[in-house]
Amino acid sequence: MSSYRKKAWMRFSLFMFLAVLFVLFALLAGFLAPKDPLTTDYGHMLEKPGAGHLFGTDQLGRDIFSRILHGGRSSLLIAFAVTGIVAAVGIFLGTAAGYAGGILDGVIMRICDTLMAFPGIIFTVALVSFIGTGLPNLILAMSLTSWTGYARISRALVLSVKNNVYIEQARLGGASGLRVLGVYIIPNILPSLLVNISQSIGSNLLTISALSLLGLGSPPPTPEWGLMLSEGKNFIYNAPWMLIFPGMVILVCVVIFNLLGDSIQDLMNPRENIY
Amino acid sequence: MSGTELDRKGSDKDQEGETLLCVEHVSKVFPVKKRRLTAVDDVSLTLYKGEMLGVVGESGCGKSTLAKIIAGSLKATSGRVTLNGIEYPKLKGTAAKNHRRNIQMVFQDPLSSFSPRMKIGTYLSEPRRNYDHLPRSEAWREAGALLEQVGLPASFLDRFPHELSGGQLQRVAIARAIAIDPPLLICDEATGALDVSIQDQIAALLVRLIKERNIGCLFIGHDPALVRSISNRVAVMYLGRVVELMPSRLLEKEHRHPYTGALLDSIFDVYCDQSAEIRLLEGEPPSPLRLQSGCAFAPRCPQCTERCRRTVPELKDIGGGHFVACVET
Repeated sequence: MSSYRKKAWMRFSLFMFLAVLFVLFALLAGFLAPKDPLTTDYGHMLEKPGAGHLFGTDQLGRDIFSRILHGGRSSLLIAFAVTGIVAAVGIFLGTAAGYAGGILDGVIMRICDTLMAFPGIIFTVALVSFIGTGLPNLILAMSLTSWTGYARISRALVLSVKNNVYIEQARLGGASGLRVLGVYIIPNILPSLLVNISQSIGSNLLTISALSLLGLGSPPPTPEWGLMLSEGKNFIYNAPWMLIFPGMVILVCVVIFNLLGDSIQDLMNPRENIY
Repeated sequence: MSGTELDRKGSDKDQEGETLLCVEHVSKVFPVKKRRLTAVDDVSLTLYKGEMLGVVGESGCGKSTLAKIIAGSLKATSGRVTLNGIEYPKLKGTAAKNHRRNIQMVFQDPLSSFSPRMKIGTYLSEPRRNYDHLPRSEAWREAGALLEQVGLPASFLDRFPHELSGGQLQRVAIARAIAIDPPLLICDEATGALDVSIQDQIAALLVRLIKERNIGCLFIGHDPALVRSISNRVAVMYLGRVVELMPSRLLEKEHRHPYTGALLDSIFDVYCDQSAEIRLLEGEPPSPLRLQSGCAFAPRCPQCTERCRRTVPELKDIGGGHFVACVET
């Protein structure tokens, strides 16, 4: 193994480890959290970070550290669910459009254009206020608006690969249409897509936070990172830790998933020393 | 190159064997912004079993379009193409898919013929797995044997395309093409992107393999010397038409078409007279969008007469398997 590959592996392992750590923290919040995230304690309101409360407490005396651990569940769940749905639908439709061409291509791409004509977040806000808040609705609304990006990217990637001589070779070698797609096209476009997927986990986290900040995410007592930011903004002068800690967690999480995407790209590159 | 005659061709077999491929009056017209680009213009060719037929001509003369039509990846605008009497471009569905195994191609650029993420072994096992439904392990073992036949170690199976040189890749491409014993192999400038020293090796390998396996081969190239030295017959194309067709031993001395002469004059040779003036063809070939009446070569032809500008010359038999499309012969 060359040093380039070794380095790529090391970086990938590191970021994968950190990402898994985040997910584990969220999953095991019930065991790890020192306090109940919903129990209010009016004797300890807006307490500074310290021994009793690692990250301090909020305006209702709830332990911020526990709320962050529990909040990871809904935040990460939504981010993963939306990314999964969006990637699956978008890649499927985009690849089909690029490979088949003709009418199918036209129809799918015009739908994309129509959806993309709206600013994404505004469309999501409109949808959520129309169908109501709540986890499933939030996932649905976010998925409906953002699959178009995947469809466009995968279509463009398929088009760039489709006219290569090796596709012609594949046909001569007896590969069926489906096999050409699965064996010759997808493996060559997947790395670029994987990068997108892992990076959009980060951006979806941010969108959820933004929606919660606007009051369209999870309803109030739920521990959720964006919602915590939204609540904290009223206390920015007397209790900045209410903003700092959830903000830091979102930041670190987004950065980790972005870097994970980068390291996947380096790892899946069969050529070395590309720099 | 013409000085070093490799063990090629074996016998100069001019005698006509069994017909393998028959191209009859094939034309291909591409619509270009309401105009018509005639890439291949009424070409008729016959390829016999086990024969190597060379096709030469400058860039844009329709060689590759012809190859694509024969390979079945382009539909001809008019004309018939048959392989062993079957008009395969008209086949549909499974029959069409199964017929594809009979014609394999080797392309010019070795690197782009390979999927960058596919191991050499996978690439080589594909045809046998797809057409004959061989299990993966068996196809892989066969792939190793194939590699050895084209002079590469079986350890290359686990490598990726970018780890091989152009010449090695071209050997692998040839190995894949012959893996399913096609009766017809098309080499579209298969040596065009290689170093001169490698070109010779690849050409020699091709000749050995097609002789061993009795494969008919359409060898397209732009180097007349190389094509002449390995093929039994040579067809010269100019602007979509075959202007001369002859046994390749006649190419050097007994060609009759002025274009063939011009093409041969353009060959550089280490032994050529360095001080002699290089005779150049005047002008560019006319655009295939504006085919004028008369012989397509007329505007550049040194022997052009009034008759040439009026009549389109047909390919005439002048004996000994030699055909030429020139009014003045």
